[in-house]
Amino acid sequence: MTSISQQFGRDEWTRFTPRQKLTRWGTLAGCALAIVWALSSIEVIWAWVWGAPEQIGDLFGRMYPPDPTNLVTILKVLWDTVNIATFATAFAVLLSLPVAYISAQNTTPNRGTLWLGRLILVTSRSVNTIIWALLFVAIFGPGIVAGIIAIMFRSIGFIGKLLGEAIEEIDKRPVEALEATGASRFKVIVYAIIPQVMPTFWAVAILRWDINLRESTVLGLVGAGGIGIVLQGAIDTFNWPEVATILLAIIALVIIGEVISAFLRRRIL
Amino acid sequence: MLKITDLVKRYGAGDPVLKNLDLTIEGESVVSIIGSSGAGKSTLLRCINRLVEPTSGSIILNGTELTTLRGKNLRAARRKIGMVFQGFNLVDRLTVMENVQSGRLGYISTWAAVSRRYPKADIQRAFELMERVGIAQYANSRADQLSGGERQRVGVVRALMQQPEILLADEPTASLDPKTSEQIMGLLRDLARELKLPVVINIHNVTEAKEYTDRIVGMRYGRIIFDDEPAKLDGAEMDKIYAGSPHADRATQGAETP
Amino acid sequence: MNTPRDTWEKPPFIANRALRWAVYLGLIIYFGWVGLTMPIDWGRVSEGIGRAGRIFGGAFPPSFERSGLLIDGFLESLKIAILATAGGALLSIPIAFMAARNVAALPIFYIGRAIIIIARSFHPVIVAILFVKAVGFGPFAGVLTLIIYSIGFVAKMLAEKIEEIDFGQVEAVRAAGAPYLSTLIYAIFPQIMPRQIGLTIYQLDSNLRASAVVGIVGAGGIGATLANAFGRYDYDFALAITIVIVAVILLSEAVSGLVRKHIQ
Repeated sequence: MTSISQQFGRDEWTRFTPRQKLTRWGTLAGCALAIVWALSSIEVIWAWVWGAPEQIGDLFGRMYPPDPTNLVTILKVLWDTVNIATFATAFAVLLSLPVAYISAQNTTPNRGTLWLGRLILVTSRSVNTIIWALLFVAIFGPGIVAGIIAIMFRSIGFIGKLLGEAIEEIDKRPVEALEATGASRFKVIVYAIIPQVMPTFWAVAILRWDINLRESTVLGLVGAGGIGIVLQGAIDTFNWPEVATILLAIIALVIIGEVISAFLRRRIL
Repeated sequence: MLKITDLVKRYGAGDPVLKNLDLTIEGESVVSIIGSSGAGKSTLLRCINRLVEPTSGSIILNGTELTTLRGKNLRAARRKIGMVFQGFNLVDRLTVMENVQSGRLGYISTWAAVSRRYPKADIQRAFELMERVGIAQYANSRADQLSGGERQRVGVVRALMQQPEILLADEPTASLDPKTSEQIMGLLRDLARELKLPVVINIHNVTEAKEYTDRIVGMRYGRIIFDDEPAKLDGAEMDKIYAGSPHADRATQGAETP
Repeated sequence: MNTPRDTWEKPPFIANRALRWAVYLGLIIYFGWVGLTMPIDWGRVSEGIGRAGRIFGGAFPPSFERSGLLIDGFLESLKIAILATAGGALLSIPIAFMAARNVAALPIFYIGRAIIIIARSFHPVIVAILFVKAVGFGPFAGVLTLIIYSIGFVAKMLAEKIEEIDFGQVEAVRAAGAPYLSTLIYAIFPQIMPRQIGLTIYQLDSNLRASAVVGIVGAGGIGATLANAFGRYDYDFALAITIVIVAVILLSEAVSGLVRKHIQ
């Protein structure tokens, strides 16, 4: 044993150098400080916080057993919810094609269109569906139209961004080959660019449909159609057993949606 | 007849890649262009169909001045020039037939292109050519399911579908194994004879150049320094073409081993 | 083949003819029927165009007069995001272990997966409404909501990472006679920690975005400020808030991306 410590001249070992230790502890202290700041200055009534587990338990207690008397209505609005998601995704997919085209560096006609495309993507992506829904409910009044348009506006940015990136990553050699045959710009797009972005296109459309299914469950809360309206109604009238049924219906919807999108992804890709 | 006079290509402010180059290709001869990497072979070929913009000079193909063409006229000229690429440049996710028909894109209507309703004559010609090079059975397969040699055959058929007046081949065999590479070279030579088509081939493999082509053009640093029949290309000439570049050894070795 | 064929058709995507037509027909019927029977009040929609003009007219120029309110709202959103991320990231670790097939016993695995599925199924806004009802209006409901939201994402990704770990390292530590906790600390944590830190930073960014939304239903933060402005037809203030939200989201996305790149 002694021979080893003699050989290396030290008998202690630490994992990090002092400098590394300092940054690690510094980062940790920074995080702790942020949490302490947030905890100490947040405006909550602490008595409510300590009572929260009881309150939440109480709420769930009142939900049991779920009440299926309005099941037919619930399934009907659930169907509306699916339609909102599907229509909004379909429109968004169509509208995002030109946006993706002008916001990809290698296909955009000029710098002006590139920036226009990027502006559309950023605006659409940064504003949440619910905020879009608030706006469109104010414009079109409560109902499905506002919901579809809200989801569509949010989806254009998502699909357009991913599709634009796919266009930027294509193999440029077939494009060169088709340009060399004397094909027009449009035919080059149809034959060399579209086939290459097709897989991404389907993958993104399916993914977004799955997300939109979830998003459209809450549109009703701001009046934009779907199951959210019924949920809001049940909550406002303290009809907790029906709320439970609606929540279960939403879980079922989301799981079925995931199964369908997994199936489509396997079939198409 | 392809007549290139005083062709210059300069990228940015640097030394020109092509320096006042003159070249004339007549009749249905198969011409190979050899030279080390960076000699300007690929740039020369790409200047002909204007994938690369020449800086100055003139390129005349059967009476048409190519260097000044724009837009529609340029596309019309390009469809008369077939090109075969080193990396095949096929659209992997399309079928072999669609890849082959994409050689006709300069001729057919947009609607026919989008809906894949190709003219009967084009389909017939495609099957003829595919039969000729031995890929007809793959018409409905996706291009990425084929082997390298088969993919290059698709590339050749695509170029021939253009009914070109000249065929350019940019290192068509560099991505292939030696045996397949000889097959493709033989095919290019035979097709040139059958279709009475002048063919210009950029090539690294001097043995293949000597065996399969009627005339060899040697390039070095943007200039043509050798232009004669293959038999005249001896060791001294080879040294001049390849001297002072890392490719020199490889090329001479290739020339000695049959 | 003496005379070559002169017809060719692209092989269809669905080989079976009957199935193909069934799918096409199904799609046409679905979109046609649902599209035509959609309860759309076209009069209301056409009226909406004029209304849009009024809203946008009222929104320009954006008003930053009440910037004090704006900043307070944002700070509250930030606090909500920080607390929810801390809570969510910590809770995610045990839940992720429960939901990883290679370390958890089967019954525990099912419980873990069920927690994740439920947390992921509900949009944070729905969760927020329930919490607002249970614990009252304000940021506390927001924190609880975003903890659930964080678990749904972080625990899921972390569980996937745990399922991918190299088990050879675990065996080696076990073979050295290490007890359960030491095995965890020496063989599993080092493999998943980088991922967990990356996920946490990403989730902080997500939570900041989401906190702007859950506020709309009463769970505190900038969302509440926005919903109030909308409710009072203060469209110029609403636009100012929206612009600042977009700016902050872009900034936090950039910072979060930079930090994650720096760590990995």
